[in-house]
Amino acid sequence: MADAGRLTQATGMRTPAIGPVTLVRLAIIAAILVGWEALAQSGLLYRDVVPSLLAIGKAIVGLLTDPDYYWHLGVTAYEVGAALLIGGISAIVVGLILGGNKFLSRAYEPYLYYLGPTPKIIFFPIMIMWFGVGPPSKIALGVLSCFFPIALSVAAGMRQIEPVLIRVGKSFRANSWQMATKIYLPAMRHPIINGIRLGLGVGLIGTLLAETKLSNRGIGFLIIQAYSLFDMPRMYAMLIVLFMLAIGANALIGRLGGLDQIKRF
Amino acid sequence: MNAAALARSRSAPILLGIATLAAFIALMQVLVETGLLNRFIVPPPSDVALAFERVIMEEHILARFLLTMQECVSCAVLLAVFGISIGTLLHKVNILRLATETWVAAAAAAPTVLMYPLFMVIFGRSATTIVMMGFVAGLPAVILKTIEGLSGTKRVLMNVGMSFKLTPWQMFWKIQFPSALPTIFTGFKLGLIFALINVVGVEFLINFGGLGQLINDLAERYDLAGTYAAICFVILVSVCFFVVVEWFERWLTRAA
Repeated sequence: MADAGRLTQATGMRTPAIGPVTLVRLAIIAAILVGWEALAQSGLLYRDVVPSLLAIGKAIVGLLTDPDYYWHLGVTAYEVGAALLIGGISAIVVGLILGGNKFLSRAYEPYLYYLGPTPKIIFFPIMIMWFGVGPPSKIALGVLSCFFPIALSVAAGMRQIEPVLIRVGKSFRANSWQMATKIYLPAMRHPIINGIRLGLGVGLIGTLLAETKLSNRGIGFLIIQAYSLFDMPRMYAMLIVLFMLAIGANALIGRLGGLDQIKRF
Repeated sequence: MNAAALARSRSAPILLGIATLAAFIALMQVLVETGLLNRFIVPPPSDVALAFERVIMEEHILARFLLTMQECVSCAVLLAVFGISIGTLLHKVNILRLATETWVAAAAAAPTVLMYPLFMVIFGRSATTIVMMGFVAGLPAVILKTIEGLSGTKRVLMNVGMSFKLTPWQMFWKIQFPSALPTIFTGFKLGLIFALINVVGVEFLINFGGLGQLINDLAERYDLAGTYAAICFVILVSVCFFVVVEWFERWLTRAA
């Protein structure tokens, strides 16, 4: 009876519709928006440096309904996709070789490790000379940017494969190709996905920065064009939409990595 | 030397790495000299080596290097003050942490460097823009690692502090902060690396400041050998910077 009473009491309790964390989040967002609008209306900063929320909202709507924007988005997506494909495949191959051979790893991995965090945009003048001013130079910079994190992640992942899996492959007399496709790659899905996630971020940055430096197409070009025309609401709108897309793409690849884990068990 | 001894050797892989690099440079020289590679696109490595002296002497590379380092030091101070303070605040106020930690992680994944045109409008084409870009790029890593370090303080250390009846202030400065220092420094190192990348990158993009501007200047003058030499110099500076920071991190971890 006592249990039944407790049960009735428990089911009678109402959990609040909005939790305290959500409330704090809403409060922070509201404070930022109110502060922003107050700053925009105050005239403390130069005109249009901090445009009103209404102007930014209108610019976002204008941007999302502009067919030209999608064409430029398509150009950037093509460049980033091509960079990730070329850089990703070559990085996976290099990572597999270095991860599978201690001697080669000790010979070449320090170069990757120390070259990885250097600012890749400084190679852009070379890329222009090699590949011209069109999309290929942006793709090349994207390739250069995403190669290092993916290669290092794959090499580290390869070293973490359980030796028993490799022994199973060898006991079945699997050849190199079979070992790579049946043992190494499936066992390294997580490091590869994490590497691709990192590679996507830096590849995107490399490509977009190259577009801002010298291009007549792509999102980077649109951002620098908005700067040149001092169209601040449009610039804010583009940055907001771009950040949402980048964070969304990153989360999507992360989710794919999570799904793999679910399937595995 | 047999294959097993070669695999165990410490110096053999290092020598192989250096030999490969030397072979690559020699191959480039031969390809350019024979005309297989256009010398107006890829300068011969010998020209690049000779251009080093010219770039160092004529382009005031020391002053430029000091300017870039000055910007990096400004970023480091801002990261240490604001990054660690915000991380500590989020650690202390749990609800604030729960509400904003995912936002900070999302900010770490966002391409914040693309805000440089916006920063140019706000701060002008100046060193402030470069420093602020470096600061914004490095901030999330410092905040996240500060939270991680402070949350990871061992229970036994906290119990020792409580047994001495330490005040919350003493508990933080005598127990939590020293214990979290290696993790905080890892975050600081990451933040500093992001800051350096962004400082040099934005210098190049806005054509202002130290080493980044030098590359842009030389490329615009179509001084190919000089451009390659300047890029090699920046890579060398970056690598030295990472080695020193890593060495300091290892020393700090051992000391802790």
